[in-house]
Amino acid sequence: MATRPRNSEPIDIASLPPRSRPDLPVFNHDTLSAYLATAPLDEVDIADPIYWTHDAHWTYFKRLRDEDPVHFTDVNVERHRGYWSVTRWADIMAVDTNPHVYSSDAHLGGITLFDMDPDFIMPMFIAMDPPKHDVQRKAVNPIVSGANLAAFESLIRERTQTVLDGLPRDETFDWVDRVSIELTTQMLATLFDFPFADRRKLTYWSDIATADPEIPGNLGREERQNELFNMLMQFTGLWNDRVNDPEPKGDLISMLAHNPATRDMVPMEFMGNLVLLIVGGNDTTRNSITGGLKFLNDNPAEYQKLRDNPALIESMVSETIRYQTPLAHMRRTALEDTILGGKRIHKGDKVVMWYVSGNRDERAVEKPDAFIIDRDRPRQHMAFGFGIHRCVGNRLAELQLKILWEEVMKRFDRIDIVEEPERVPSAFVKGYKSMLVRIPA
Amino acid sequence: MAKITYVSHSGSHYAIDVADGVSLMEGALQNNVPGIDGDCGGNAACATCHVYVADDWADRTGSRSDQEEAMLDLATDVGPNSRLACQIFASDALDGLVLTMPESQH
Repeated sequence: MATRPRNSEPIDIASLPPRSRPDLPVFNHDTLSAYLATAPLDEVDIADPIYWTHDAHWTYFKRLRDEDPVHFTDVNVERHRGYWSVTRWADIMAVDTNPHVYSSDAHLGGITLFDMDPDFIMPMFIAMDPPKHDVQRKAVNPIVSGANLAAFESLIRERTQTVLDGLPRDETFDWVDRVSIELTTQMLATLFDFPFADRRKLTYWSDIATADPEIPGNLGREERQNELFNMLMQFTGLWNDRVNDPEPKGDLISMLAHNPATRDMVPMEFMGNLVLLIVGGNDTTRNSITGGLKFLNDNPAEYQKLRDNPALIESMVSETIRYQTPLAHMRRTALEDTILGGKRIHKGDKVVMWYVSGNRDERAVEKPDAFIIDRDRPRQHMAFGFGIHRCVGNRLAELQLKILWEEVMKRFDRIDIVEEPERVPSAFVKGYKSMLVRIPA
Repeated sequence: MAKITYVSHSGSHYAIDVADGVSLMEGALQNNVPGIDGDCGGNAACATCHVYVADDWADRTGSRSDQEEAMLDLATDVGPNSRLACQIFASDALDGLVLTMPESQH
């Protein structure tokens, strides 16, 4: 039995704003997957959270890769203005490595399928183009230097051991809350040198920053903005404490406050970069931690391989990140008319790179739908993106996951999943709200 | 063919024969040379095959492409002789080349 309630209710479809949606008597994984297997490609708006909350998007992306790899969606344009879906590995690579044509600029809408709120634009370096992107990114890059990672390793291991040793036996608990969120939030508090006791605020801000205000249960537009201002205020306090240090300390806030490229940021830009660093360091690793446990349980032979040979942990970590793809897409805006995959893209068009599809592209990955922890070249996945916006923290994420699985495998022969996880209703953050598990006594 | 010597940051040497036309990233991967990951498969798009080309070889290894330049600009420990190994292709002219690796790749 559950010892704590789920932290949210499943998404209530009836109360979502009206939009074009399949005419099905009931929405679940099976009905939506069956619908997507045969529906006219032009009829589907895969940005609809309904597909993601039911993990049903897969068949549609396979069809796009095979039949229309650069595909324009003009269903529900009142919600998103229409968008191009880029679904093959090679085409995604072409977009990701061409920032001069495909812009990330926040003022053009930014890096997610849904435009940044034009009345609440948060510039952040992931949503900038060169040259400003480059200098701001370099301001924080040292946080994940080789020397820093080496220094973090023992701290991460110690914390991981404490979290795992505190888990109950023979009792159902939420893996997301007790392990995935706890470990990533502890790490993030350290990176920011944020008050450790308040670290769950970081999780909260991360969640509200990416949550669609239209979805029931999420904060509304104004409430969300107010909470992000609260975040800004608290971090501005930390900034002010550190900006006059004779030498910058090693935390992210000190780095931003002392670097010439970032020390004069306007408040909304500071807010934007905070959101970027919090979401980047939080949501992604969190959902790969949860995904890893799910995939091992869904693939008992792979789980057994790992028990028999813990040396596979490193490749299992990469395979988990590919298989999860915790950010399903990144979006760009075309700065000029261009041709992609034989399609004419117009200046101003939204171009969505579906990493979740590229990571399952049969043209680039062998047996892409299989979770194979000892596959050849497991690092060759696109979950971190490619080009100048590639994930800054990928080495740290891999380190956190590697240590977690080393410590898990030392302690637990099995961790059973009690019921299907509850998923985040988002076409951007591909993740889990909760996953109830039990560790046998 | 070229005999390429990869030197890890800790000083280990790996002498590998790389066939003509094969990138020096690919040559390292095929022979399990640690420190060269090649995550993007050879598109100068991840900077996980960053190497330092030994002095006086630069005229034979060629120069950085724009894409390579952009990625190296954001990498750590970049020097004037930094290259991405995926953008250098083996040929007889490179026989005897020595590549060393940065601290961030070990």
